[in-house]
Amino acid sequence: MPQVTLSVNGATHTVEVEGRTLLVELLREKLRLTGTHVGCDTSQCGACVVHMDGESVKACTVLAVASQGANITTIEGLAAADGTLHPMQEAFREYHALQCGFCTPGMVMSAVDLVQKNPQGLSEPEIREGLEGNLCRCTGYHNIVKAIAAAQDVMHGRRETLATAAE
Amino acid sequence: MNVMAPFEGIGASVKRKEDLRFLSGRGQYTDDINRPGQLHAYILRSPHAHARITALDVAAAKAMPGVRAVYTSADMAAVGGIPCGWQIHNKDGTPMAEPKHPVLAEGKVRHVGDPVAVVVADTRPQARDAAEAIAVEYDVLPSATTMAHAQAPGAPAVHDDVPSNLCYDWHIGEKGAVDAAFAQATHRVVFETTNNRLVPNAMEPRAAIGDYDTTSGEHTLYTTSQNPHVIRLLMGAFVLNIPESRLRVVAPDVGGGFGSKIYHYAEEAIVTWAAHKLGRPVKWTADRTESFMSDAHGRDHVTRAELALDAEGTFLALRVHTQANMGAYLSTFAPCVPTYLYATLLAGVYKTPAIYAEVKAVFTNTVPVDAYRGAGRPEATYLLERLVDVAARQCGFDKLELRRRNFIATDAFPYQTPVALEYDSGDYFSTLSQALETADWHGFEARRAEAKARGRLRGIGISTYLEACGIAPSAVVGSLGARAGLYEVGTIRVHPTGSVTVLTGAHSHGQGHETTFAQLVSDKLGVPVNMVDIVHGDTAKVPFGMGTYGSRSLAVGGSAMDKAMDKIIAKGRRIAAHLMEASVEDIEFDRGTFRVAGTDKTKALAEISLAAYVPHNYPHDELEPGLEETAFYDPKNFTYPGGCHIAEVEIEPETGKVHMVNFTAVDDVGRVINPMIVEGQVQGGVAQGIGQALLEACVYDEGGQLLSASMMDYTMPRADDLAPVSVATHVTLCTHNPLGVKGCGEVGAIGSPPAVMNAVVDALRDFGVNHVEMPATPPKIWSIIHGKNGA
Repeated sequence: MPQVTLSVNGATHTVEVEGRTLLVELLREKLRLTGTHVGCDTSQCGACVVHMDGESVKACTVLAVASQGANITTIEGLAAADGTLHPMQEAFREYHALQCGFCTPGMVMSAVDLVQKNPQGLSEPEIREGLEGNLCRCTGYHNIVKAIAAAQDVMHGRRETLATAAE
Repeated sequence: MNVMAPFEGIGASVKRKEDLRFLSGRGQYTDDINRPGQLHAYILRSPHAHARITALDVAAAKAMPGVRAVYTSADMAAVGGIPCGWQIHNKDGTPMAEPKHPVLAEGKVRHVGDPVAVVVADTRPQARDAAEAIAVEYDVLPSATTMAHAQAPGAPAVHDDVPSNLCYDWHIGEKGAVDAAFAQATHRVVFETTNNRLVPNAMEPRAAIGDYDTTSGEHTLYTTSQNPHVIRLLMGAFVLNIPESRLRVVAPDVGGGFGSKIYHYAEEAIVTWAAHKLGRPVKWTADRTESFMSDAHGRDHVTRAELALDAEGTFLALRVHTQANMGAYLSTFAPCVPTYLYATLLAGVYKTPAIYAEVKAVFTNTVPVDAYRGAGRPEATYLLERLVDVAARQCGFDKLELRRRNFIATDAFPYQTPVALEYDSGDYFSTLSQALETADWHGFEARRAEAKARGRLRGIGISTYLEACGIAPSAVVGSLGARAGLYEVGTIRVHPTGSVTVLTGAHSHGQGHETTFAQLVSDKLGVPVNMVDIVHGDTAKVPFGMGTYGSRSLAVGGSAMDKAMDKIIAKGRRIAAHLMEASVEDIEFDRGTFRVAGTDKTKALAEISLAAYVPHNYPHDELEPGLEETAFYDPKNFTYPGGCHIAEVEIEPETGKVHMVNFTAVDDVGRVINPMIVEGQVQGGVAQGIGQALLEACVYDEGGQLLSASMMDYTMPRADDLAPVSVATHVTLCTHNPLGVKGCGEVGAIGSPPAVMNAVVDALRDFGVNHVEMPATPPKIWSIIHGKNGA
């Protein structure tokens, strides 16, 4: 069986996989990083989004062998080592942008990439369009959009702390 | 200096306790759980809508790498059928047809996705590969996918023992009174509509792990369930014959349900049974297409309604004929959805004096249909609120005035409807006027003109709705055919140093119970929210409770907790009286402090609990040690949330696409515990309602193939399909539960579809359109605008 060596959340792993094994299966089943979820199998829902070499990818659409040498960040690796939440995670909590939590890891990873790629800042319609690849059945997206709008100000240094929902 | 602790009780938007684990990837959903030695099951499903199995050969599959077993119905002969939890009676008093629902197909398959065989292997890919080596020969039979087809002469029988395909023919109301009223009416309005079939699509696919302890003989099932005790009861007693004491059901973090995870499914029985057979844990996880083919679907009604009005527009009578699709088998609560959760709601917010409804439930070669967010109430609300708009237009009444004229007066409660329900409270005039103001209803024509100048067709639509939830009074539902009680249980465990653990039979799968329930305790017992932990979802940990559906968790489960807290306070007062050498009658309690009335002598709850667990100085002759109380609460009535939803849409004439531009919801959900969570529930419900109105449709072809079997084919609402939703509440208290709460989980999905469709029809008012069926997809709208196939 082929071997893949990759870095996940800063730790290097060498794993035996089948040719057909998907990156999301490697993460969930071989490394037991179960924060990354599988919701649709057809690249529609985005519950499986992780960062691969700094860019968001749907881990159900990447063969594990294609991640040879890659640097992967999953939801488990997004917070700081001391447990301090990433501003996006903080914003999701502040704005009640999650309910059942199943789409949340992929949604947060997508949102981080979306904001990082748009340092000029995103309008509400642009955030909605940017979330095209992620499905949420619980929230109606409204609070997710608000959370991303608030998080981008902190991520781009326009505010030191998150605007609270009450502001 | 005193720093005030932030208020965390009833009415505070406390941030959710559960969020940290979900945001950091530490949720524990069923598929995240792996048991030592675990095997994997894959289920071979029928590719045909209707066929006899003439040969089934599993020998080659058994020889495939990693395969531990392959099972068919022949191996499971001792296993019972999947039971139905509600029995409806026909007009003539006979019980509904209730054909067997086998766990694995017994000689015949009845819908695409019907389970045929199970492969258990070391890995999931091995099990899937081996399933392809199972040789099944089918004699394909003609199938009936639509209700019209299933009821046509000579239609194929889904079940050989139900040749008519009729599950039941039921009715409610006074037919004679309705006929008499119609004879007197000035106006008679006829409205025919289909309520589109939906696929719930919780983001977490269903999963189940069976585990069997060969030394103790205890079975454990981990499953994606909204109600683990219900699963234990149904599967243990009816399917696998396992006593409750030997069967533990765990529903850990569950990624959304919306009804689809209420029911007992075949896969739960399969993994539990196989784990026992093999002495190893067995896991099954659905892929999304399996979810489409095996999760219970929702809605799917075809209805003809007639409304009688007098010259002034007063509703005189309503007559409704509905056909409801049951699918191929009766899912757990399917029979009650189009009857007691639908026809009983046909009064809505109106004082219509006479109502008669007939409902025929029909078997077809499709996936079973059961309760989906709102369950019957969205179908009733859609029918009524479209009908009122159609009547206003046909008879020349203003649609707001017609509603107001027929509203139940605010001082008329309790109000007995002609279809069994007694509403306890509501104020439909206020929710309407508040919504009209928020949505700037009267400024709409200017916005329509402005849109027209941009080449867009703008429309506004309203829905004034009511629903019945907080289910349910056990004696009432028992008399109506329920085979279960619908109380709830709560245990309050005050620990020696004053922190609290709450055990509840309700189950949180997105609702935020860990926060809302902790707020109830904080408000009443004065314990900080972060010192209150909520335990749910495990039959080995919590007393027998009924779970979460029908917006019942707070109204029924919260009321049980409230009763248990009353018992805690009552016992605490007696302990306090002993410690402070006062009479019990003189002990007051307020948010964590026991006080001798009129004095400064006090004891904190933590002092009382410590005394209860270290009972050195304790009234042993009258009290037991410890401070833990359990209460079961059986509601006296349903609760009746209601309100007003207003939708505003714009249509692109070039493409027929409907854009949501504004949505206003003003809901009366009774007392609000956590406004942030209530707003989130309404937002999410409205999104599902907009999905039904504009995007979602489950489509079968004539041969019974499910064409919308993936998220590439079934249109789920995405962020850019929706507009911001303005959510507000207008509170009237529920009069019969101790918290005054009504429930908020389903109102969004119930009130919104007719508001959206009334807006769509309004936008098309220049095209002579009286009605548009859901979903209002671009081709449908384009055809109307461009004069082709206009309805």
